[in-house]
Amino acid sequence: MPEPSTTATRPTPTGVIHDIGYQRYEGARLRRRHVFGALYLHGVRTTFGFGRSAKAKIFPWLVVGIVTLVAVALAAVRSQIGEPVATYAQFADSMSWLVLFFVAVAAPELVSRDLRSGVLPLYFSRPLPRSDYALAKLLALVTALWLLLGGPQLVMFLGAAFTTKEGMRGVWNELLDLLPGLLYAGLWAVVFASVGLLVASLTGKRAFAAGGVVAVFLMTTPIVGVLSILPSHTANELAGIASPSTLVQGVGIWSLGDLLVEGDPGEMMIGGFGPVYALAAVLLVAGATALLLARYRKVAS
Amino acid sequence: MTLIATQSLTKTYGGRVTALADLTVAVEPGIIGLVGANGAGKSTLIKILLGLITPTSGQVSVLGIDPTADPAAVRARVGYMPEHDCLPPDLSAAELVTHLGRMSGLPRTAARERASEALRHVGLYEERYRPVGGYSTGMKQRVKLAQALVHDPDLLLLDEPTNGLDPAGRDAMLALVHRIGTEFGISVLVCSHLLGEVERICDTLIAIDGGRLLRADHISAMTSATDVLAVEVSEGTEELAARLAALDLPVARDGRLLLVPLADDSTYDLILGAVAELNLPLHRLDQRRHRVAELFATRELSHA
Repeated sequence: MPEPSTTATRPTPTGVIHDIGYQRYEGARLRRRHVFGALYLHGVRTTFGFGRSAKAKIFPWLVVGIVTLVAVALAAVRSQIGEPVATYAQFADSMSWLVLFFVAVAAPELVSRDLRSGVLPLYFSRPLPRSDYALAKLLALVTALWLLLGGPQLVMFLGAAFTTKEGMRGVWNELLDLLPGLLYAGLWAVVFASVGLLVASLTGKRAFAAGGVVAVFLMTTPIVGVLSILPSHTANELAGIASPSTLVQGVGIWSLGDLLVEGDPGEMMIGGFGPVYALAAVLLVAGATALLLARYRKVAS
Repeated sequence: MTLIATQSLTKTYGGRVTALADLTVAVEPGIIGLVGANGAGKSTLIKILLGLITPTSGQVSVLGIDPTADPAAVRARVGYMPEHDCLPPDLSAAELVTHLGRMSGLPRTAARERASEALRHVGLYEERYRPVGGYSTGMKQRVKLAQALVHDPDLLLLDEPTNGLDPAGRDAMLALVHRIGTEFGISVLVCSHLLGEVERICDTLIAIDGGRLLRADHISAMTSATDVLAVEVSEGTEELAARLAALDLPVARDGRLLLVPLADDSTYDLILGAVAELNLPLHRLDQRRHRVAELFATRELSHA
């Protein structure tokens, strides 16, 4: 029942409000899936500062610039000496500190800002369920982190693929190296995003949230240090579980083996506890996500 | 069709604090004023209507849908303007309203079009591209109203839309709400603690106090029952009271004042006539401006 535009000629008491008829909306109303998608894309754009002020773009793109530069440098060196300087997984490992700082800025940007400004009632008074809000934000952060690590890995791959001397076979082998690297980058992304977003969702103050995120990842490293010098061999091998970063590395060592450590196991020894590390990682992500959902069941009601 | 219906609606927090008690009300589409003092349960009622909180007991239906059973269906057809500040300062009004339009399920282009339409209807033009942080309170209230309007709801729930506005801003906001209710064909539930404010624009009035229903009626019925003329004479108050009573006017005393229910314009003439006949010095004769508190006062008077 399309209503005719009622072009009222009656003057209103105030000059500011103009009389151009109101039109009812008769077009499509999208379902939950699409709304979730819109919020997710909005989140991914937010983490990179799109649709926001120039100031908000500085940090994300600084980090993107650094990781890309490192990847280009690695690809260039490799094309010269014909030998990979670092595997894809090792690249992800060494960039993890930068990713951590990226999370510390992006996670508060995604959730703390909304808490602070009180905009959540405007979301929750719409059909979108609360859990969709939290999950869309989480997925957006995972995607952003994965792009942050995966993008440069792709640059390294392209560098290697174009300079390989073994033709298509060389490209194929390179691809087989890249895929585990991308998966490993995904693991970093999921762990960092779930923990980081949970911490950031606890406060509306962005500075506190950023500090909190960094603290959770950095404060747990000394625990790993202490555990790894205990006289017990088992304690040493399980030490990595105590911190998210070393937990991810542990899973990497177990699943990727020489793609990550190449003969030299370094100081990270996980012994036969690989599956324990994997299980701990799954539990950490699941637990953080569950707590995040619980947080959004309560907040702003 | 009944717009909003509640049946013995009760909400208690932690078993002790009662926000709503046994509220039964049914209203038709139109502009509905919901009045009550701060803490009377207005916001609680709105949140129950939105399905944001579940009532402790009782039934509720909005647009024929039960918000406790299918909150998404209700929210798709309802626009909500919260009382408190809820706008991110660094976004422009256009970006924010477009984004929230998409959150209501509008496709990208439709959201952008409807956002600028909604902002135009509330009276924001070029300024909609500036960050909200630099807006005046009046402009912020308009943005809040625009975001409630962007998805073309059938019902608007406005929680204290005139909060923090100066008198001119209040008038403009009330005129806007009135226009939405009459010309846009959208029903509006407008919450306020100022009866004098909402009674100017609404067709139906719901008055609650301490979570209980005081009255729910058409505004015409309500005002005819509550409008009272206050008469004050310097001397001879007793004589005047007797004379007015003799004229079949139900007079009540309130200190030095005589209160006479205002039936129509002839009530003025009768009182003035009586004062003139008795040759009394008339101090004042005015129609009482009523606030929620006076809804009680006049009720007690009518019992007396």
